[in-house]
Amino acid sequence: MECVFGLVGNGFAIVAADTSAVHSILVHKNNEDKIMLLDSHKLIAASGEPGDRVQFTEYVQKNVSLYQFRNGIPLTTAAAANFTRGELATALRKLGELGLLDALLLKTQCSVFGCHASNPYSVNILMAGYDKEAGASLYYIDYIATLHKVDKGAFGYGSYFSLSTMDRHFRSDMSVEEAIELVDKCIVEIRSRLVIAPPNFVIKIVDKDGARTHAWRQSVQDVTTASV
Amino acid sequence: IQIFEYNGSAVVAMVGKNCFAIASDRRLGVQLQTIATDFQRISKIHDHLFIGLSGVATDVQTLYQRLVFRHKLYQLREERDMKPETFASLVSAILYEKRFGPYLCQPVIAGLGEDDKPFICTMDSIGAKELAKDFVVSGTASESLYVWLMLALVFNKCFYFQEADELFETISQALLSSVDRDCLSGWGGHVYVVTPNEIKERILKGRMD
Repeated sequence: MECVFGLVGNGFAIVAADTSAVHSILVHKNNEDKIMLLDSHKLIAASGEPGDRVQFTEYVQKNVSLYQFRNGIPLTTAAAANFTRGELATALRKLGELGLLDALLLKTQCSVFGCHASNPYSVNILMAGYDKEAGASLYYIDYIATLHKVDKGAFGYGSYFSLSTMDRHFRSDMSVEEAIELVDKCIVEIRSRLVIAPPNFVIKIVDKDGARTHAWRQSVQDVTTASV
Repeated sequence: IQIFEYNGSAVVAMVGKNCFAIASDRRLGVQLQTIATDFQRISKIHDHLFIGLSGVATDVQTLYQRLVFRHKLYQLREERDMKPETFASLVSAILYEKRFGPYLCQPVIAGLGEDDKPFICTMDSIGAKELAKDFVVSGTASESLYVWLMLALVFNKCFYFQEADELFETISQALLSSVDRDCLSGWGGHVYVVTPNEIKERILKGRMD
């Protein structure tokens, strides 16, 4: 039920993600930020299995920083997107040993018999960034490492509503206000038509001035109880 | 789910008179949902060699990167471009390497060999080569493509090889008609017609649905 979507406008890219952390029928928290700042001018909005999402996006973020430390210049958005795809593609088929717990879960003999299984990340990613030469860009990266540069993209059940809404109203080179209007239209659509719609969303923007949180759209807030 | 129908694709290559044409659709989908309408399935290896890859998009991209890498190494060592027949054997070997965990792609290779003689071939996902004299097809729309191209050859009494412009018409019509009957491929077409002196790249506008 995680909804992530984004679009490219005139010199900027916007991504929005829901902020519910859910485990089966329980909502752990309503303000989980699923859009990570990769560096000053890149955002990575991720949806998928919570552990993989955090671990993998942090891994990408640290490697992007490492590149900048080593080489003195930041990666371009395209390069960061291709690096991310490469890591996902490698993990998709790389055979690792089955640990005791995994083997028990799979009900097979463990490493004694050399049981191997791949350990793919179940994370879908929308990477938005701004480069001086290329301008604003948005990359769609599937959990099976399909990479594509897009003007608008979305993941999850919400994509059925947000993609259609964006197809109807999107124009190239929209202003920030027009883009936020479109994002709000998508959020309204998701809230009204998705059966277990996430109540809260965060909207982040990246442009020549950098990546930052633009707004939150909250319809439910965490209730604090008085201490007993 | 049928894994070869996960992203949807249609690729076809056809032989002409001292030229060849290779065409593909442009849809990138995830089962029933369309993600993009400008996905590149055909890649240039060198001026007289193209490879079109159908199947799962992630393996299309990985395989393309590996093949370009291998060809660049070959160019550095041999100081020349690879012949299409050699390249086809290379692709076949790379695919068979992964026999028990294959790349889920079906390549279509088209090139101009020695004396500018056109060469086309296709193979399955584990590298079984299939050379053909007239055309090869691949992807979710392959059955329609077979029918259309056979009809084109028979009705045009094509026991001759067509010139570049005629070839473009034939392959474009066949591609657009076939993908119109396949929900997983379409959203336009991308056609390369390659003669010894030039490469003509054209985008086709078909039914956008």
